Amino acid sequence: MHAVITVIGKDMVGILARVSTICAQNNVNVVEVTQSILQDLFAMIMMVDISKCSVPFSELSDQLEALGDEMNLKIHTMHEDIFNSMHRI
Amino acid sequence: MINSHDILETINMIDNENLDIRTVTMGISLLDCVDSDCGKACDKIYDKICRYAGNLVKTGEDISKEYGIPIINKRISVTPIAIVAGACPGADPVRYARTLDRAAREVGVNFIGGYSTLVHKGFAPGDYALMRSIPQALSETEFVCSSVNIGTTKSGINMDAVDRMGQIVLETAKLTADRDCIGAAKLVVFCNAPEDNPFMAGAFHGVGEPDCVINVGVSGPGVVRAALAKAGDCDITAVADIVKKTAFKITRMGQLVAQEASRRLYVPFGIVDLSLAPTPAVGDSVAHILEEMGLECCGAHGTTACLALLNDAVKKGGVMASSHVGGLSGAFIPVTEDAGMIHAARCGALSITKLEAMTAVCSVGLDMINIPGDTPPEIISAIIADEAAIGMVNSKTTAVRVIPAIGKKAGDELNFGGLLGGGPVMAVNPYSPLKFIRRGGRIPAPMQSLKN
Repeated sequence: MHAVITVIGKDMVGILARVSTICAQNNVNVVEVTQSILQDLFAMIMMVDISKCSVPFSELSDQLEALGDEMNLKIHTMHEDIFNSMHRI
Repeated sequence: MINSHDILETINMIDNENLDIRTVTMGISLLDCVDSDCGKACDKIYDKICRYAGNLVKTGEDISKEYGIPIINKRISVTPIAIVAGACPGADPVRYARTLDRAAREVGVNFIGGYSTLVHKGFAPGDYALMRSIPQALSETEFVCSSVNIGTTKSGINMDAVDRMGQIVLETAKLTADRDCIGAAKLVVFCNAPEDNPFMAGAFHGVGEPDCVINVGVSGPGVVRAALAKAGDCDITAVADIVKKTAFKITRMGQLVAQEASRRLYVPFGIVDLSLAPTPAVGDSVAHILEEMGLECCGAHGTTACLALLNDAVKKGGVMASSHVGGLSGAFIPVTEDAGMIHAARCGALSITKLEAMTAVCSVGLDMINIPGDTPPEIISAIIADEAAIGMVNSKTTAVRVIPAIGKKAGDELNFGGLLGGGPVMAVNPYSPLKFIRRGGRIPAPMQSLKN
């Protein structure tokens, strides 16, 4: 079971480190990462495996959202099914 | 790997274009709660609703969090109460309304619909008592919504009920005059009411429905408008195509949420309502889509054509995205719930006569329109009759939800807050239809009903 974590906001030191720390703490494996920096805007999309996640999905999502608030970034954690169902027939 | 463009597009739709699931509505049958003792019936109703819908709000919130899609409302619809109330003729139907209100409060839903009756061909004993009790029921409760079906294509229009409903709408507004007449905003008069509609105020759980069912209504006018804006100067064929593609995506999301809610609650999935439902929020307006198509202001000549295209394209896009489609399905045009409509009504571009024409090609009918408080009941009845005639002849659902603004005249404003919004009082044609309305009887079913 995969989820997609997206991080959008102003680039700064340690974004990737702190997001992946939260993943590691909750036993969430990072499967794939793409990131781009357009001028100052940082956009990262991370595919993670949540099948062995040690906390309920909503809690993981809350933790990442709290990190986003703290670092002034927009962090979304969404189940991959939404993208599959919206964009694939 | 999912395409990163697709991921960012979805997130942009949610963050910036107000994409959301408008409602997850649980339909609950109350047929097994019928009892000749009103007190016992109320107890059974309360218990059943709390038992079935106890986890509805929590499940909705969980799904919302997991998929990152806002689910704005969780609602319940029940069997038309007139059917339940018919078993205890002497009892006051308002007791059922209070029970529904209490149950809704207990399980934490936003609305509960089904204080309803179907009288398109005539009145059974419970029907008349329920209709008479609507003003009191809506003034004493917070979450209860009411609807009355006064006509169908198959059976014609019950003009006695139309006559009564004009008075009932007015009385409901009067009893809630201290709260901006909000009671009338929770009362819909239907022709061809669907049995699986998840949207308020007209939701009820039809007798042909299973014991319990999950219906979902999607939203997303902002997404459609943004997609059109991005496309720039294309011809109208391309416009229809863009609307279809966008509606497909919106509806797929609704289908996913509906299936997931149904699985988690152990309740069968009913339908997805392919709707474009606006809210008063900026960027969530159906009127703005019409304006994006090239109208200076919603209500201008050309509005009906644009709306017809929009309504049709939404259905074409949505129908392939969902396994079962139903409810009202189409673009909604509730005036006070749509920032663009409010603006158009304020500046005089949009009139009730134009809205009436628009209802012939949109999903429902004259919806959330404030009318002067001194409008006589027979004029409200005649507005209902006109709208029902459009629905009856075109084999579509039409409805009237007008709010007589007690003590106010055209140009004044009413504000309900929340999803119901607020807006200006619109002028009605003052010439009297009294003699027509007082004739009573039934408008016979049209030729369109003879399809066998």
